[in-house]
Amino acid sequence: MTINEIQDEIIEEFSFFDDWMDKYEYLISLGKDLPLIDEQYKDEQHLIKGCQSRVWLHAEQAAGQVAFTADSDAIITKGIIGLLVRVLSEQKPEDVAKAELHFVDKIGLHEHLSPTRSNGLRSMVKQMKLYGLAMAAQNDQSNG
Amino acid sequence: MSNTITAPALDIARIRADFPLLEGEMRGKPLVFLDSAASSQKPQQVLDALNYYYRHQNANVHRGVYELSQQATDAFELGRERARHFLNAGSTEEVILVKGCTDGINLVASSFGRKFLREGDEVIISAMEHHSNIVPWQLACEYSGAILKVIPINDRGELIMEEYKKLLNERTKIVSIVHVSNALGTINPVKEIIDLAHERDIPVLLDGAQATPHLKVDVQALDVDFYAFSGHKVFGPTGIGVLYGKKKWLEAMPPYQGGGEMIATVSFEKTTYNELPFKFEAGTPDISGAVGLGVALEYIEQIGQDNISAHENQLLEAATKQLLEIDGLRIIGTAENKASVISFLIEGTHPYDLGTILDKLGIAVRTGHHCTQPLMDRFEIPGTVRASFAVYNTMEDVDKLVAGVKRAANMLR
Repeated sequence: MTINEIQDEIIEEFSFFDDWMDKYEYLISLGKDLPLIDEQYKDEQHLIKGCQSRVWLHAEQAAGQVAFTADSDAIITKGIIGLLVRVLSEQKPEDVAKAELHFVDKIGLHEHLSPTRSNGLRSMVKQMKLYGLAMAAQNDQSNG
Repeated sequence: MSNTITAPALDIARIRADFPLLEGEMRGKPLVFLDSAASSQKPQQVLDALNYYYRHQNANVHRGVYELSQQATDAFELGRERARHFLNAGSTEEVILVKGCTDGINLVASSFGRKFLREGDEVIISAMEHHSNIVPWQLACEYSGAILKVIPINDRGELIMEEYKKLLNERTKIVSIVHVSNALGTINPVKEIIDLAHERDIPVLLDGAQATPHLKVDVQALDVDFYAFSGHKVFGPTGIGVLYGKKKWLEAMPPYQGGGEMIATVSFEKTTYNELPFKFEAGTPDISGAVGLGVALEYIEQIGQDNISAHENQLLEAATKQLLEIDGLRIIGTAENKASVISFLIEGTHPYDLGTILDKLGIAVRTGHHCTQPLMDRFEIPGTVRASFAVYNTMEDVDKLVAGVKRAANMLR
């Protein structure tokens, strides 16, 4: 599936929730279920420090795709990370670099990615795209 | 609903009616505002004063020969006089109008630091300081080669006074301590701190940002050398604050910033400075802010600081008791002497998550490290959820907070 197809799928899923309670309960369950990152990567090097919560991000490339794993100490942040990883992981690096993440607005979670929220999520998205960009450039070089 | 009684001395419903914003909603629910320690709401009286100033009195101060400028100057200086009265300072010469508490501390750290701090000197702060009372001193130490010394705290969040006594020595040049902790609510034994420092002729600065909304402060009775607070935490506008300083120190200190207002004469060879308090007030001041602050301080004095404390203490006691009944809830900051701030954590949940769910319920609390990262490190926690009460809060607010925290905890665990 493409990045946009996954985004549409998530928007569709969230359209079934009547109120914020259900939505957040779903996010919390996502946060609880997902083992998101190998423990060895939860170190300073992979840490994105927010004022409110901490986020760890790891990226690697296999078979021309970038694979992300990530985690957070806050469960709602972690739930949203689950969605972001689902959208951007196992995609071509160049697609990650230019991805427009419209689903965040559509499912009403925009505030969690606002610059003033300082929970690490916004920086994480930026970092994911930078990884995409760097890997795409690397691939270009080795192909050229 | 709780069956606790409210303070008989105050008509809280009437006080609450002075604050238009509190009638509003958040997330489609009646607003429960429990973040006054970050910034308080403003009464109609302050809003009216700001409006009146701009409609009828606005002109630059201390400059014009015309009537309007004189009126603006009078209104501005009345704000200063009300601040003097609020702190019981001896003279308005000792009342510097600044941007806020942070600005006041920076003024002292910068100016006092330049004049009095030398390599090897020591500055004493404590482990519970807000970043505003850490970083200005770190900068002053960096420039001068002085060393920062930190009074440790115990597990209840109280200063260990024995350690403070040990830190005081002939190299100590200033002690700068928070009066009431913003993250823990601890009311520090400031009189004892000051007296001990004065035995060695060491001046003391108190960060009064959290104390002034809750406690009666008398700078002469305390014999404190510097006292800083913010207008926006005492029902006044943002952008205005007060630095009280003893005349003998303010006269000895060099100007903090240069510009208009703070000068007597300027030539390219030599500039002479204005007298106190103007020497420290470069540029056009926050005139409307001073007007609004004056009205806010008068508002507090009309209700009575003791009445405010009594009401807030009832809220604090009720909230503490009810919150502690929640399974796994731990209060950070259990000092014997506390102002109306409760910081807490619930086992197995993150403060950000709790705060997010409370927000959805219309309850405004603060989450995070509260600009006290070293303090959070001391307790080995990522941050806390902090509820803080002001005079306009009610037992109903406390009940809603407790119910909200229970609901959030059930969702998150």
